[in-house]
Amino acid sequence: MEKKYGVYICKGCGIGESVDMQKLIAQAAKAAKLPADKIKTHDILCSPEGIALISADMKDGGVNAMTIAACSPRVKYEEFNFPGCVVSRINLRELLSWNQTPNTADTQNLAEDYVRMGAIRAQKSEVPEPNILPDLSKTILVIGGGITGLTAALESANAGYQVVLVEKEAELGGWGAKLYKQTPREYPYDRLEEPAVIAKIKEVQGNGNIKVYTSTTVEKTEGQPGLYDVTLRKNGGSETIIKAGAIVLAAGWKPYDATRLTHLGYGLPNVVTSVEFEEIAKKGKITRPSDGKEAKKVAFIQCAGSRDPEHLPYCSSFCCATSLKQAKYVREKNQDAMVFIYYKDIRTPGQTELFYKNMQNDAGVLLTKADVTGISEAGGGNLFVEAENTFLGEKIKVEADLVVLAIGVVPATAAPQQYLDKLAVEGKKGDEAKKTFLESTAKPEMLLNLVYKQGPEIPTLEGAYGFADSNFICFQYETRRTGIYAAGCIRQPMNMADAADDAAGAALKAIQCLEHVSQGIAVHPRAWDASFPDPLMTRCTSCKRCTEECPFGAIEEDAKGTPFFKINRCRRCGTCMGSCPERIVSFKDYHVDMIGSMIKSLDVPDEGIRIICLVCENDAYPALDTAGFNHIQMHPGIRFIPVRCLGSTNLVWVADAFSRGIDGLLLLGCKFGENYQCHFVKGSELADYRFSKVQETLDKLQLEADRCNLMQVAITDYDKLPDMINEFIKKVEAFGPNPFKGM
Amino acid sequence: MSERKGVLVIGGGISGLTAALELAETGCDVFIAEKNPYLGGRVAQLNKYFPKLCPPTCGLEMNFRRIKENGRVKFFTQAGVEKISGQEGNYDVTLKVNPRYVNDRCTGCNACAEACPAERPNDFNFGMDKTKAAYLPFDQAFPFKYVIDDKHCKANCGKACLEACKYGAIDLGMKAETVTLNVGSIVVATGWNLYDSTRMDNLGFGKVKNVITNMMMERLASSSGPTKGKIVRPSDGKAVSNVAFVQCAGSRDENHLAYCSYICCMASLKQVTYIREQYPESKAKIFYIDIRTPGRYEQFYWKVRDDANVSFLKGKVARITEDEATGDVIVEAEDILSGRKIKESFDMVVLAAGMESSLKESRLPEMSYTEDGFILPSKLKKGITAVGTAKSPVDVQRSVQDATGAALKGIQSLVRR
Repeated sequence: MEKKYGVYICKGCGIGESVDMQKLIAQAAKAAKLPADKIKTHDILCSPEGIALISADMKDGGVNAMTIAACSPRVKYEEFNFPGCVVSRINLRELLSWNQTPNTADTQNLAEDYVRMGAIRAQKSEVPEPNILPDLSKTILVIGGGITGLTAALESANAGYQVVLVEKEAELGGWGAKLYKQTPREYPYDRLEEPAVIAKIKEVQGNGNIKVYTSTTVEKTEGQPGLYDVTLRKNGGSETIIKAGAIVLAAGWKPYDATRLTHLGYGLPNVVTSVEFEEIAKKGKITRPSDGKEAKKVAFIQCAGSRDPEHLPYCSSFCCATSLKQAKYVREKNQDAMVFIYYKDIRTPGQTELFYKNMQNDAGVLLTKADVTGISEAGGGNLFVEAENTFLGEKIKVEADLVVLAIGVVPATAAPQQYLDKLAVEGKKGDEAKKTFLESTAKPEMLLNLVYKQGPEIPTLEGAYGFADSNFICFQYETRRTGIYAAGCIRQPMNMADAADDAAGAALKAIQCLEHVSQGIAVHPRAWDASFPDPLMTRCTSCKRCTEECPFGAIEEDAKGTPFFKINRCRRCGTCMGSCPERIVSFKDYHVDMIGSMIKSLDVPDEGIRIICLVCENDAYPALDTAGFNHIQMHPGIRFIPVRCLGSTNLVWVADAFSRGIDGLLLLGCKFGENYQCHFVKGSELADYRFSKVQETLDKLQLEADRCNLMQVAITDYDKLPDMINEFIKKVEAFGPNPFKGM
Repeated sequence: MSERKGVLVIGGGISGLTAALELAETGCDVFIAEKNPYLGGRVAQLNKYFPKLCPPTCGLEMNFRRIKENGRVKFFTQAGVEKISGQEGNYDVTLKVNPRYVNDRCTGCNACAEACPAERPNDFNFGMDKTKAAYLPFDQAFPFKYVIDDKHCKANCGKACLEACKYGAIDLGMKAETVTLNVGSIVVATGWNLYDSTRMDNLGFGKVKNVITNMMMERLASSSGPTKGKIVRPSDGKAVSNVAFVQCAGSRDENHLAYCSYICCMASLKQVTYIREQYPESKAKIFYIDIRTPGRYEQFYWKVRDDANVSFLKGKVARITEDEATGDVIVEAEDILSGRKIKESFDMVVLAAGMESSLKESRLPEMSYTEDGFILPSKLKKGITAVGTAKSPVDVQRSVQDATGAALKGIQSLVRR
């Protein structure tokens, strides 16, 4: 596309009263290489009249690359929306007229610098054209045939998509099919229900869009969204390769290893887990394993393994309701039977509380808060349950003829993750240690076996005990493996009703991913973005920084060790662009040279401080806007440059800035660490790591390392931001001016 | 999918926004009908999310950006649903859109608010401060557009706002509009209201000045709140040093809300961290029946529990009264485990008030409800899906999961036609 430039400056919202417009126009003309009379101004550029001014210039092959100097790009987005054009917006309101002293030389300089940078952004930007890979598959692979997997398969199929469902067991249904009854799911929560999974199995089997593979595991997953080749293996037998576009991982959970709960009596003949109790109930009368006698005094011990620092340090969420349900089995099957439930807290959140209330009203069900101190044999197969701190007394001892342990949930992702974590630790020690580990440790059942340089499984969330959960409260299906969506109990412990809801959510995200790759656009969080990284491979040195740093594992290496992109895995954060020492990774509308040229375009006077601030456009930039809205004064020597993510900041910009005489470089990005807020998971953290090495660059220039700083800010920090920035400026001022000034 | 009909999402809170965006990003046209003059709903009022303690506006900002970039979401603010008729694939919906009195020319410059002589209690901050009758709902409001509250606008003020606005954005003659939509499916994401704490006589809210609700605490702790984030007690603006949290204030109580409100345990634990962070010497005590922190939330509970300045008492609060001399709050409760009665003084009390369906008072047509005003999902007509707190009390995570799945159900309704 041949670009035809236009520059439009708004005079509204105090901009006109803050700057010398004629001078600004002159600078804009110079920067945009246009005659001054082609630089248009308007009193209210966002008004229909102002927009008409721009539209008129666009007519008949006219302007298609406009620099718009007005308010923040976050507002008036509908007005300044010109599809097919390059639009470079400059914020002279929130970053100038709302927080600077009008008509000073400093303010004028600021406006001129912004206009120059905006013009360069327009010059260096192209309209992205999507990269659509050929032969895309729109099949969804669902791994796991329990309630979650069955629901994901059905929901996808009902939306018109082809599904392959893989289940490792011989039968579909998972734990749900092994239940006698299911906890009530709907108001008034008073009746036990038939397990929902039974009907779903039939539905799946009768659905022409779903192909089911039982007794089958995933041996290898190769490729990228839209283009997965997945090798399936039938139990010890034949191999099938299927094509899939996206994957729902619904591998479910395992009960916690009850043999580790000997302190709760497991191992004694009449102590069973809640899972084992379902089998008993399914057979008919509640009988005990030791002698087949009907159990008439059944004790339920909650949190068997859960909420225990020695075992599972989380709550398994559904065990309270499960025990209440199982208490109902006992009471419904024999009205003379008694139930005791020992709990830490009864957790029946939401309307499940109504079921709890129902059970509380049953005189045959005794509930008490308790710390269970021991379970021992009482003779004749009976058991003593000893407990402290109960409603019934400080120390109580009750005889029961059957004890049920409400066993905790372990996600199927936990074992592979533990194995891989340990392998990584041993691997770091050396080849010998790694070899010993591999030889001495049984390999757990892997779920995906991804052919990804960054590892074979979906990365679970750090500090999440092996759950493949999302770190984001608002974006529940975010994983670091694009196109692979976790659902059900591998994400969080959840009951079957929640798991079914969750499955539908994951299925939607899988469908969305298929649709996006078929249009060549990214998925969340830049779900609109048609740009993509397009490296100049002739200059690649195979240093592999990009392959290591990409938060989404989108870059692989060929046999020679040369990186290449699996573009459909890419989320367009630009971390590769930031990491590349050769600066060869570019997007059509965002690249190292663009920001570098913007930095170089700044007018750096001999007197007065100049700071460049690279701002994460997702959180820090909105915080700046809000500071502006509140008219919080900002130092006039700072130039804010928005970036996609701090992960995309390239160290060469440090050299660009300081060799121009810039006194300080500040990076504003999202919080990192355990509760990271970076929308690209690792962006701000990688930038921090990268810039911790900046000393080298600055040493070469004989400058203090502290002239460069990264600050973690939240979107709500707008009230603190100016102080944080001023603090930095003070520090830089103490170093004195950059000696490169004026050179 | 462009020839297909659109989907109507009723409610523009986190559930509605999520459903709408997931639909739009899968290629559907979406309409959101939101009753407030802004999108974001309840979460816009929250200071931080549990358990990450991250700001909800961060996620909202991303969602608003998605709306801006995607282009398929059309939203109506100050809008209510008057009528629904038809069936899956072909629903006719009538919306009433109340006047904003500010048009699209608004630049958000604040001149109208500066000029406006009238004030209104700030509902966004639960009445703890005031705004002008011409106001922006909050600093990061979306749409970034002022609104005039016609209940508080003084008609005889000489139209100060009209004169102050240089952009021709004020339109005091704006009238309510009726909008009719034909859509293929409907997602109900109407959200929740805080249970009215004045209805619990014994807990003193509305009479004892330093008894506040959990949602008021969110606004007090927020940098955009009435005290700019300083947690002080309402009666005298004094910094707090000893705060009690009363769990199940309304919830799990047959006389009020029979169900558990799901979020209040985590909300109180989170609010304890607000206080403990702001005042390192402060103390907090939680009166509870059961601490409900399902899943990995347990870890958050442990973290708070391990703080030596935080104590827990299992017992229901019987009575809350005021020490008139000091403004302190006296809490009487029974320690369930020891049977002991306790009476303790605090400088502020936070009621962990429960969640009530927004539909309890103003029902939508064509739906079936529980006695508490939650939607009964199994009784909904085909093509209508209820999500999040419209059907049961849940937290943000569950709402988002549910809303994402609802987007798929919305698409299925369009495909079936």
